[in-house]
Amino acid sequence: MDHNATSPLREPARKALIEALTRYPGNPSSPHASGHEARVALEDARAAIATNLGVDAAEICFVSGGTEANNMAFYGATALRKRGHLIVSAVEHSSVMEPAGRLESQGWKVTRIPVDRQGRVDPDAVRKAVRSDTALISVMAANNETGVLQPIDQLGAVARRAKVPLHVDAAQLAGRLHFAPRELGISLASISSHKMGGPAGVGALYIEAGLQLAPLMLGGGQERRMRPGTEPVALTIGFAAAIGAGGWIETEILRDMMEAAVREKVPSVRINGGEAPRLPNTSSLLMPGVPSEPLVIRMDLRGYAISTGAACSSGAARPSHVLAAMGLSAEASRCTVRVSLGPSNTQEEVAGFARILSEVRTAAAGRA
Amino acid sequence: MNRRVLVGMSGGVDSSVAAALLARAGHDVIGVSLQLYDHSRGGRATRCCSPEDFLDARRVAAAFGFPYYVLNQEELFSRRVLDYFVEEYRSGRTPNPCARCNADVKFTALARLAVELGAEVLATGHYARLEAAGPGGGRRLLRARDLRRDQSYFLFDVEEDLLERASFPLGALTKEEVRAEARAMGLACAAKPDSQDICFVEGSDYREFLAQRTAGLPAERSGAIVDRSGGVLGRHDGVSGFTVGQRRGAGVAAGRRLYVVEVDAPSGRVVMGERGDLLCGGLILSSVRLRAPAGGAASFDATVQVRYRHAGVPARIHMQEEGTARVELLEPVAGVSPGQAAVFYKGEEVLGGGWIARSLPAAVPPRALGAA
Repeated sequence: MDHNATSPLREPARKALIEALTRYPGNPSSPHASGHEARVALEDARAAIATNLGVDAAEICFVSGGTEANNMAFYGATALRKRGHLIVSAVEHSSVMEPAGRLESQGWKVTRIPVDRQGRVDPDAVRKAVRSDTALISVMAANNETGVLQPIDQLGAVARRAKVPLHVDAAQLAGRLHFAPRELGISLASISSHKMGGPAGVGALYIEAGLQLAPLMLGGGQERRMRPGTEPVALTIGFAAAIGAGGWIETEILRDMMEAAVREKVPSVRINGGEAPRLPNTSSLLMPGVPSEPLVIRMDLRGYAISTGAACSSGAARPSHVLAAMGLSAEASRCTVRVSLGPSNTQEEVAGFARILSEVRTAAAGRA
Repeated sequence: MNRRVLVGMSGGVDSSVAAALLARAGHDVIGVSLQLYDHSRGGRATRCCSPEDFLDARRVAAAFGFPYYVLNQEELFSRRVLDYFVEEYRSGRTPNPCARCNADVKFTALARLAVELGAEVLATGHYARLEAAGPGGGRRLLRARDLRRDQSYFLFDVEEDLLERASFPLGALTKEEVRAEARAMGLACAAKPDSQDICFVEGSDYREFLAQRTAGLPAERSGAIVDRSGGVLGRHDGVSGFTVGQRRGAGVAAGRRLYVVEVDAPSGRVVMGERGDLLCGGLILSSVRLRAPAGGAASFDATVQVRYRHAGVPARIHMQEEGTARVELLEPVAGVSPGQAAVFYKGEEVLGGGWIARSLPAAVPPRALGAA
């Protein structure tokens, strides 16, 4: 129940990946038959991903994942100028926040657009923040902690009118639900394979045709010089198999069942961002007086993998800038857990989860 | 007999062996590391809480098949240990962060989690022993069998009811036995060097840490370095760089060996003296904690240890109001630093202890020492 951290490999992706590992031993840049086969397979994967997103294959650049795609968007879009202005929302992933912070320390100006209590960005606030030297607007499609969806279509219109490229971190959305960057007026979109049930270690940056972007790395002609290095052919094939696998819309039924069951057993529960449009699979549960870290451990000991709002690489919880931006106190943030479902979850699991949660919570509250 | 045991794990050899022994004995072990310091933000390699340490702990958990978690206690540690550390130095005292951390962070946080996880026992890799006190209940805190490793000194200020549930599986082992056990069990950390100094300070110089930590605070007052009769020997930029007993670094040339004998933060004066001037005959303690066996007597005799690795001297303790005490040292002790803990022992048992607020000069400093 932690699919927003990583979603287990989907069966079609697993099959395609395993098969590709032995079937395509060649380097796609090699002139011989083995290279040629790998090249065709790689380009088929790219085409499948492009079709799913409604874009041209030439607009898909394979990278190592969402984090690299986000870094590439920021450093790539700012490399041609010494200084300028950037707009980000206050709830972006750290792989957007930290590049923006680094650029800020190098003389760039950064406007961080606040969100309302439901975690939503106001497109009008973004419109007003645009300056003549704004080089990039970056707002995520769906938040990893709350699942809250941003009004990307309206933001796309704002960006188009202002003639500023819009970057969208779509790691939690693309491949799960319909996501069409071109229709939305997006110039750059970050896509992660493992969040949708593909293999980790691969992702893509959608780069709108004609957009000027500098590469992060130099060293070869791969990916139209945007991302040198031999392509991981098998990973891209697993990625392409996952992007069409479906099963995510259905998680909404399970998620709503789970929330209803938790509400019944824990009447004090609040759902962060619960009134905003959300991903179908994500629920950010605030249970006042129940600290999340021990709750997550107790649930794990009972076989349920959920997560605190935000975590360090060590696995320890850390304060969430997302919940803080939504106006939650540090205490409320400490009492929030994230449940994120995927196609593999079942009704029995969700019902069991709510039951164990209320047991564990009652025990914890009784001892406190 | 198989109980749920929460084991505090640092990734070092001691707590790894403690956890492994408990798991091997069939207990339902849950390993927990406390993240006290965020290493992903600064690149400074200190000796604990690093990803490598957590990995060593994780490997033990994986090898012995028990669950393992990392609990974030950065905020508590920052407040109760790091802030305290800085404040003590700026007040002219020498802090004892390990004793504070045990009392205010480690045992508190782990015991709270143990309750939440339904663990009856909280175990750590400390070298100390606990024994049932007898029919009245309660537990006696004793020195470890390996006296060179004994850490009971750092545990005196841990709440009595936290020790009720504690267990120190290494208390009856020597360090050599623990290392041998680690090798026999094939633990990756078997040859890992012992942790030394202070976990959040790189090397042995705490001043750089102070400088970083106080970057936003008003600068310290400069002051005079004086001799015992008040004659000015030099100037300094702040009392936080001085510790009683310190010889080097005082920046004064006096033609004879001088030691810091007193750091008076309110006046900003650092007093230098000769070795004999370091001798101290008594202590004033604050925040005294008496364990049950000390009884309610107004005065009692005990062996008093004034710093880690001090052998201890016979003393008489007079309890005073508001948790303070006056300690008569029956043998003078050199180089007592305010801010350190003074721990009372009867034989090998910890009776209690307190924090040194002030040291009192020895009645007659022996000349022989003064001339050394």
